[in-house]
Amino acid sequence: MNRVLPIAAPQNVDAKVTNEASATVSPLFGSCPLPIFNHKSIVLGHGSGGKLTAELISNIFLPAFANPILDKLDDQAVIEVNGTRLAFTTDGFVVTPIFFPGGDIGRLAVNGTVNDLAMSGARPLYLSAAFILEEGLPAEDLRRVVESMGAAAREAGVQLVTGDTKVVNRGKGDQVFITTTGIGVIERPVNISASRARPGDKIIVSGYIGDHGMTIMSQREGLEFDGAIESDCAPLHGLVAVMLDACEGLQVDGIHCLRDPTRGGVATTLNEIASQSRVGLLIREQLVPVRESVRGACEILGLEPLYVANEGKLVAVVSAEAADEVLQKIRRHPLGRDAAIVGEAVPEHAGMVRMETGVGGTRILDVMFGEQLPRIC
Amino acid sequence: MKYLDEYRDGRVAQKIVAQIGRIQTRPWVIMEVCGGQTHSIVKNGIDYLLPEGVELVHGPGCPVCVTPLEMIDRAHAIARRSDVIFCSFGDMLRVPGSDGDLFTIKSEGGDVRVVYSPLDCLKIARANPDKQVVFFAIGFETTAPANAMLAFRAKQERMTNLSLLVSHVLVPPALEAILQSPQNRVQGFLGPGHVCAVMGYEEYEPISARFQVPIVITGFEPLDILQGVLMTIRQLETERAEVENEYSRILNREGNRAAQELVFQVFEIGDRKWRGIGTIPKSGYHLRREFSDHDAEKLFDVTRIDTREPEICISGEILRGIKKPKNCPAFGTLCTPQHPLGATMVSAEGSCAAYYAYGRHLTREKVDVPVHSLGGAA
Repeated sequence: MNRVLPIAAPQNVDAKVTNEASATVSPLFGSCPLPIFNHKSIVLGHGSGGKLTAELISNIFLPAFANPILDKLDDQAVIEVNGTRLAFTTDGFVVTPIFFPGGDIGRLAVNGTVNDLAMSGARPLYLSAAFILEEGLPAEDLRRVVESMGAAAREAGVQLVTGDTKVVNRGKGDQVFITTTGIGVIERPVNISASRARPGDKIIVSGYIGDHGMTIMSQREGLEFDGAIESDCAPLHGLVAVMLDACEGLQVDGIHCLRDPTRGGVATTLNEIASQSRVGLLIREQLVPVRESVRGACEILGLEPLYVANEGKLVAVVSAEAADEVLQKIRRHPLGRDAAIVGEAVPEHAGMVRMETGVGGTRILDVMFGEQLPRIC
Repeated sequence: MKYLDEYRDGRVAQKIVAQIGRIQTRPWVIMEVCGGQTHSIVKNGIDYLLPEGVELVHGPGCPVCVTPLEMIDRAHAIARRSDVIFCSFGDMLRVPGSDGDLFTIKSEGGDVRVVYSPLDCLKIARANPDKQVVFFAIGFETTAPANAMLAFRAKQERMTNLSLLVSHVLVPPALEAILQSPQNRVQGFLGPGHVCAVMGYEEYEPISARFQVPIVITGFEPLDILQGVLMTIRQLETERAEVENEYSRILNREGNRAAQELVFQVFEIGDRKWRGIGTIPKSGYHLRREFSDHDAEKLFDVTRIDTREPEICISGEILRGIKKPKNCPAFGTLCTPQHPLGATMVSAEGSCAAYYAYGRHLTREKVDVPVHSLGGAA
């Protein structure tokens, strides 16, 4: 890893402007990788869902755990037991603040895991919940969170059947962390995976994007930003069932990929699909549904809605012959009223997502590399 | 969004592009000065809308990119101290110093905080009387008034735990340095809209006259940039060299007098080093002596800094418009936004980062990509 790069010849430097770099550089420096590559410790970007997270997974987790089911890197594992196909997934929740407009950490913990199961076409059945509580957390807050989880579970038609509780010293946690694990059954003959997009398929987004992330960001301490945005936190398996019904009616294998674009947003999800399916994706900026308030907030903060988290939206890649019918059915569901076809899969630029911009230009929609950072001006 | 969507209209964009095509008789090289303009150009794919022969080169106006390495190392040395809360604009956190970035320091226990306004530091300092709060005051003239206000308020309130690490740079001396370079290719400038909203554009008139170069002060929306290009090319084709104002909905020749007064009350002009470019005389702001109680460089012993910069990186030439990111042998391979070798790859406003995020595929395979119709997709 300590390859020495060729040393650049001294640049022509005019009289007024001196080149500080060439004077101070050690000739051996510039080897690959640079210090910034191998973070000696975990940085926040490792949890952003972007490239740093992917690096952590491929460099640390996969070598230790590798097996054919995990290697698919879908949001849930699909396992077969005695002829029954089960979906199995787990998710940790560490959101601050724990209560926010449109939801709370408890509701999020239920719906997040329900949605990861739903994205395989499964009917979610049972959840477990593990709580890490910080010393000093008001019991009333915990009660509110847990009651909200109960209500969310009833709404989603799942049962919380096992759990665990740990308490850590004050300052060693942040109020409450929740991990939920879920299991569901895949009863239909579907095969849904991020690796199944084919050229010609249409890309559907189920509604306004970025609501959850901008709600959390506007609530965070120190960001005095007023807005009437609410988290979109909701269980999506009902919506998925409607989509699968539509395809059964048409007798086609219509739903190829399903993902809920949480951390990293729609752009990251599309990149995962493009890379796992080895196709190009092409979307049109003007067709992507974004609420005015979210666009405004993103504009002020220098962020992009396509990279902001959602908790009640899905991205579907659907065969062309089923797309219109599926879209109509989605729009009749309360969680899909604002759904739209935003683009399609193409044979060119495999593994990459291209976007036609509002002014008629074109650009690459890349994976986020770490935290989205507000720009200086 | 009202007041923004009007400046992103695709049909109007096509009209301006056609107009540029009609008046252009030969190739021209135009530099957009601001990082914000670079970002908008690549984000909206404007460089691919323009006719062949209109080349946009990216200027030195990314504040994060031009902050010199020793200043970043100084910031890191201060941020590592256990008695310090180090406050910064967001995109400074990923800028690599000689050893790691502010994210790394944060992960190792440093108290590093992102602020949206410099004045947020007042609240942080009041809430943490046992800590020294240090704000990394970087930027061009645009951020100078808010940064000056922080120093002014800190002095006014006689705060003893609030200081600024100042690394402020100015646009006009950088333009002169670019124009004086024997390698210069730039024939016209899209001037810095937000900088001129503060400072006005009077000071650009002698530069335009002396170097016979058109300078069109330009905004940041797609139509602003296309209109700025059109106005610049119109000047070039008719052999005029003037300062014109495309961004008149925001600024005038005088700028914001109240902001300027505050800036000069707090700062004085002095030499500054620019990352990748070198020292440019009278090219930046320093805190005046009256504010030395709030000058982090004087309060913390951070003068002995040993810096190291990667050899292969050509960010200096990119910042001066001599080369483009795709001319760099490390671009997209050794040097990527998550492993930046140089400053221009770090900030979203840096041209390498902007190219990487939005344009690298297109620069390589522009010819191969057919234009797809998404007909029926609405």
